[in-house]
Amino acid sequence: MGLLRYIAVRAMLIVPTVLILYTLVFIVLRILPGDPVLAVLGTKNIPPEQLEQIRHNLGLDKPYIVQYFEYLWNVLHGDFGTSMVISGRSITADLLERLPATVELAIAGLIVSLAIGITTGFIAATKRDTKLDLGLRVFGSVTYTLFIPWLGLMFQLIFAVWLRWLPASGRIDPDVGLETVTGFYILDSIITGNMEAFRSALSHMILPALTLGLVLSGPYTRLVRTNLVKALESNYVLAYHARGVRGSRILLHAFRNALIPVVTYAGLQFALLLGGAVLTETTFDWPGIGTYLVEKVSYRDYPAIQAVVIVFAFFVGVISLIVDLIYALLDPRIRY
Amino acid sequence: MSKPILIVEDLTVYYYTLKGIVRAVEEASLKAYSSDLVALVGESGSGKSTLGYALLNLVPPPGRIVKGRVIVNGVDVLSLRGDELRKARGSLISMVFQDPFTTLDPVRRVGDQILEVLLEHGVPLEEARERVVEVIRAVGLPERMARAYPHQLSGGQRQRISIAAAIALKPRVLVADEPTTALDVIVQKQIMDLLDDVRKTTGMAIILITHDIALAAERATKIAVMYAGKIVEYGPKDKVIGDPLHPYTKALLKSVPDIESREWPRPIPGTPPDLRKPPSGCRFHPRCPLAMDICKRKSPNIVEVEPHHYVSCWLYEGGEASG
Amino acid sequence: MVEILSKALTRILSTIIPSRVSGRGRALVYAGLAIVLAIVFMAIAAPLLTPYDPTRRAGRSFQPPSWEHPFGTNNLGYDMWARTVYGARTVLIVVFLSIVLSMAMGVPLGLFSGYYGGRIDRALSMLMDAIYAFPSLVLAISLAVALGPSLFNAAIAIAVVYVPTYFRMVRGQVLSIKEELFVEVARALGIPTSRIIFRHILPHLIPTIMVVFSLSAADAVLTEAALSYLGLSVQPPTPDWGYDLYKGKGFVLSGYWWLIFFPGLMITLLATGFALIGEGLSEQIRRERL
Ligand SMILES: Nc1ncnc2c1ncn2[C@@H]1O[C@H](COP(=O)(O)OP(=O)(O)O)[C@@H](O)[C@H]1O
Ligand code: SF4
Ligand SMILES: [Mg+2]
Repeated sequence: MGLLRYIAVRAMLIVPTVLILYTLVFIVLRILPGDPVLAVLGTKNIPPEQLEQIRHNLGLDKPYIVQYFEYLWNVLHGDFGTSMVISGRSITADLLERLPATVELAIAGLIVSLAIGITTGFIAATKRDTKLDLGLRVFGSVTYTLFIPWLGLMFQLIFAVWLRWLPASGRIDPDVGLETVTGFYILDSIITGNMEAFRSALSHMILPALTLGLVLSGPYTRLVRTNLVKALESNYVLAYHARGVRGSRILLHAFRNALIPVVTYAGLQFALLLGGAVLTETTFDWPGIGTYLVEKVSYRDYPAIQAVVIVFAFFVGVISLIVDLIYALLDPRIRY
Repeated sequence: MSKPILIVEDLTVYYYTLKGIVRAVEEASLKAYSSDLVALVGESGSGKSTLGYALLNLVPPPGRIVKGRVIVNGVDVLSLRGDELRKARGSLISMVFQDPFTTLDPVRRVGDQILEVLLEHGVPLEEARERVVEVIRAVGLPERMARAYPHQLSGGQRQRISIAAAIALKPRVLVADEPTTALDVIVQKQIMDLLDDVRKTTGMAIILITHDIALAAERATKIAVMYAGKIVEYGPKDKVIGDPLHPYTKALLKSVPDIESREWPRPIPGTPPDLRKPPSGCRFHPRCPLAMDICKRKSPNIVEVEPHHYVSCWLYEGGEASG
Repeated sequence: MVEILSKALTRILSTIIPSRVSGRGRALVYAGLAIVLAIVFMAIAAPLLTPYDPTRRAGRSFQPPSWEHPFGTNNLGYDMWARTVYGARTVLIVVFLSIVLSMAMGVPLGLFSGYYGGRIDRALSMLMDAIYAFPSLVLAISLAVALGPSLFNAAIAIAVVYVPTYFRMVRGQVLSIKEELFVEVARALGIPTSRIIFRHILPHLIPTIMVVFSLSAADAVLTEAALSYLGLSVQPPTPDWGYDLYKGKGFVLSGYWWLIFFPGLMITLLATGFALIGEGLSEQIRRERL
C-alpha cells in the first residue's frame, strides 16, 4: 500500500547517489594522470610485454566507457572484480568477510554516541543557562573536535597499557575458538553459547565503541538540547501547564517531540560515523572495511578502493532510507 | 449579587529581561461573577496576555508576579505551590490560547491529550474515557475526532479541541487569549458562540482577551480596557461602550469603524509606550488630548465613578485634580 | 573587489570586536582565536622556539619529556617539541590552502547555481548532495591516493571534499535573499546580474561564510591529520602531527606516552580553536537576528 510504495520510491533515490559516487571515483582513479598498473608494479622492473598482459587481464586496455559500464554491470551482479595486487583475489569475498566487523563497530558506536548525546543534551536543556548547561555544551563541542586516533591511543595507553583492564586492539582473542555464524562476533558468541568468546568480544569492543561514540556524541548533545529547549518553550507545553498536567509528563512529551529531528540527524551523521569508523578501525587494528581500505591504499589497489566507495555509498543510502522510515513512524505529520 | 467567582487585586507582573524591567502589568484589579464574560481589550503589547497568564500563576520566565492576589472561587491561586497549583490549573481555572496551530502537541492524538487532563486530575480511566467523548460532543465535534492528530484538523476544529481540553474538568474560570484571532470570520463566530454556550450552561466565567473592541462590544457582559500595563477603565459593557469615561477608551472607540455613526475611524495619534520605561504619572498622558499638569506627575487611582464603573483618570478623581 | 574585501573586513571585525554584542559568543571567539593565533605564532617563530632541527637526531632515542626535550624524543632521537612547532607549519599550510581552494570553488558555484536555478542548478545540487552525504574522509582518501601523497595533493583532496559545504550554504542563502525586496528592486532598475550577485548578495553572505569557514577549518584540520596519519599527506621526514601520531602508535605498548599525547593534543587543540571561533560567530549572528 502507501507505505510500500513510499519505500520503493525512496529506495530508488539511492541509485543516483551511488551512481554519482561511482562515476566520481571512476574518473578520479582512472582518468587522472598516472598509470595504476605502473603505480602498483612500476618499481618491480617488469618487462613492458608483461605489463601489457596484466593490463589486459584487468581489462584496463579497453576504452574507459567500456570499462565503466562493464564494471557497473558486474557490480550489479555482486562482483566487485579482483584485486590488482594479489591477483585473482575476489574483492567481493574480501568485503563480505570484513563487513560484519564494520557494521558491528558502527552500531556500537552509534549506541554509545546516542546514549551520551541524549543524556547530556537532556540534562543541558533541563538545566538551561546554568553552569552545568554551559559545561555540557562545551563538552559537546570539544568532543566533536577530538582526533579519533589520538583519543583511541590515549584510551589504549590508559586502559590497556597502564591499568591493564581491557585489550588494546583487535576484535577477539583468537584462543577462545569462536565459531562464526553471522560474522558478528557478539551475536555469534551468544548463538553458540560461548561465554568466553562473548566476554572477549565485548571487552575488545568497549574501547573502540567508546572512542567512536564519544567523538560523535557532540552534535547529539547540541541537537537534543536545542530541540528540547525549543519544545519546552513551545505553546503546547504552555497549554499543558495551563491544563494542569504534571511537569514530568510534560517533559516527556516535549522530549518525544525533540527526538524527532535527532532521528533525521542520526541518518545524516551516518557518513561521519563511517568516516570515523575508518580511523577507529585503523587505530584499534579492527579487521573491518576501514582497515581494508587503508591496506589497499598503501598498495594503491584501485579496484578495491573503488569497491569500498561503492559499498559505503550504498550503505549511506540504505541508512538514510531506514531513518526516513523511522521518522515517518515517529511523526504522525509525515504521510507517505 | 452573589459572591464574585474571580477577584483580582493589585496584580503586578514584571519581566526581568537583560535589557531592563518590562512593567507589563501594573496594579490590575478586576472582579467577575458566574457566567460573566469579561472582555480585556487593549492594543497589542498592553499586557493582556501577561495578565491572563498571571491569573493561572503561569507567567513564563523572565516574568514574575511582583505582587497582588488572584482569588478563584475562594482559592488564592498565587499562594498555591507545587501539586496544589498544578491541580488548580485545569480544574479551577484554565486557559485557551490564540494560535490553535501550535497549542496542541503535534505528535499525540487529540483525544489522548484531553484524556490526559482528566487522568492527571485523578478521574478514573473509565469515567475519563466517557468524559472525553462527552466533552468532544459538547464542543460540537464528532466523537471520532478523538483519534485524529492535530495536523489532520482545521484551525476551527483544533480550537474546539483546545477548548474541550480546557473545560474538561469544568473549571470556574476560563481565560481565552485571542481565541479567534487566527481564524477566519465564520469560524470566529462559531467559536464565540461555543464559548457563549459553555458560559451559559456551566456558569463558568470567561476572561476574553482581545484587541478587537467590536467583538468585545458584541459578546461581553463587562469590559476592562488596558493601556500600557494598566486597567484604565472597567465596567458593565453598556457603560463602557455606551458612555465611555476614560480618554483612552473614547479614542479607542473612535478608532474602529462604526457603521451607525457613519464616522470615519480615527486612529489614536502617537505610539504606545515602551514598557521598560513607561511615562511618568498617567501612562496615557503623552497621547491624551486632555492631559493636565498633574497627569505627568502623579498616577491617578482607579475609582468607582458610578456603581460598578471604574476609571483611572485625574478628570474623575474628585478634588485632587485641581490640586 | 577592494570594496567587497573592506566591507567583509569591517563586518568581520565588528562581529569579533565587541561593541554591542555580549557574553558567551564573544568569549568563545576569543578563546578560539587565542588557540589558533598561538599555533600560528608557533609556526612562524618555529626556529626561535627550538634549537633543534626537526629532522635530525637531537639526542638519545625515547627520552621522556625533560627540560632539554620538553616533548621528549622519538625512536630516531628527534626532538618532539621541534617536530611539534615545525609541524604546525605543515598543518596550517594544508588547511589554509584547502579552505581557500574549496571556497574558491564552492562559493561561486553556489552563488550562480542558486541565483539562476533551473536544470544546471538541479544537476549541481544533486552532485553536491551526493558528495556531501558521503563519508568525507573516505572520499579524501580516494582522491589523495589517486593524486599521490604530497602536501599539495592532500590540500586538493580536502578542498574537493568541502566544496559541497560551501555550495549548499551559499546556495540556500541566495535562494532566500533572492526573494528579498532589495534584490527585486536592483533587478527592476536593470542592474546587471553579476553586479547584483557580487555587490548586493555576496556581502549579506559574509557572516555565514565566516562561520562555515571556521567550522570547516576545524574539519579540515582533522581531515589533514587523518590523511597524514594514514600516510597520504607530506612524506617523512617532514614534520607533521598526524604522521607523528601514527609513528607513536607503534610504541603504545611500550608506554612511550609522549609520542602519542603531544601530536594528538596539538591536532585536537587546533581543531577546537577553529570550532570555537565558528561557534562563537554563529552565536553572535543568531543574537543579532533576534
Ligand atoms: N517573555 C517575555 N519577556 C519579556 N517581555 C515580554 C515577554 N512577554 C511579553 N513581554 C512584554 O510584556 C508586554 C506585554 O506583553 P503581552 O502581555 O503579550 O501583551 P498583549 O497580550 O496585550 O499583546 C510587552 O511589552 C511585551 O513586549
Ligand atoms: S489622567 Fe490625565 S492624561 Fe491620563 S487619561 Fe486622564 S486626563 Fe488624560
Ligand atoms: Mg497577547
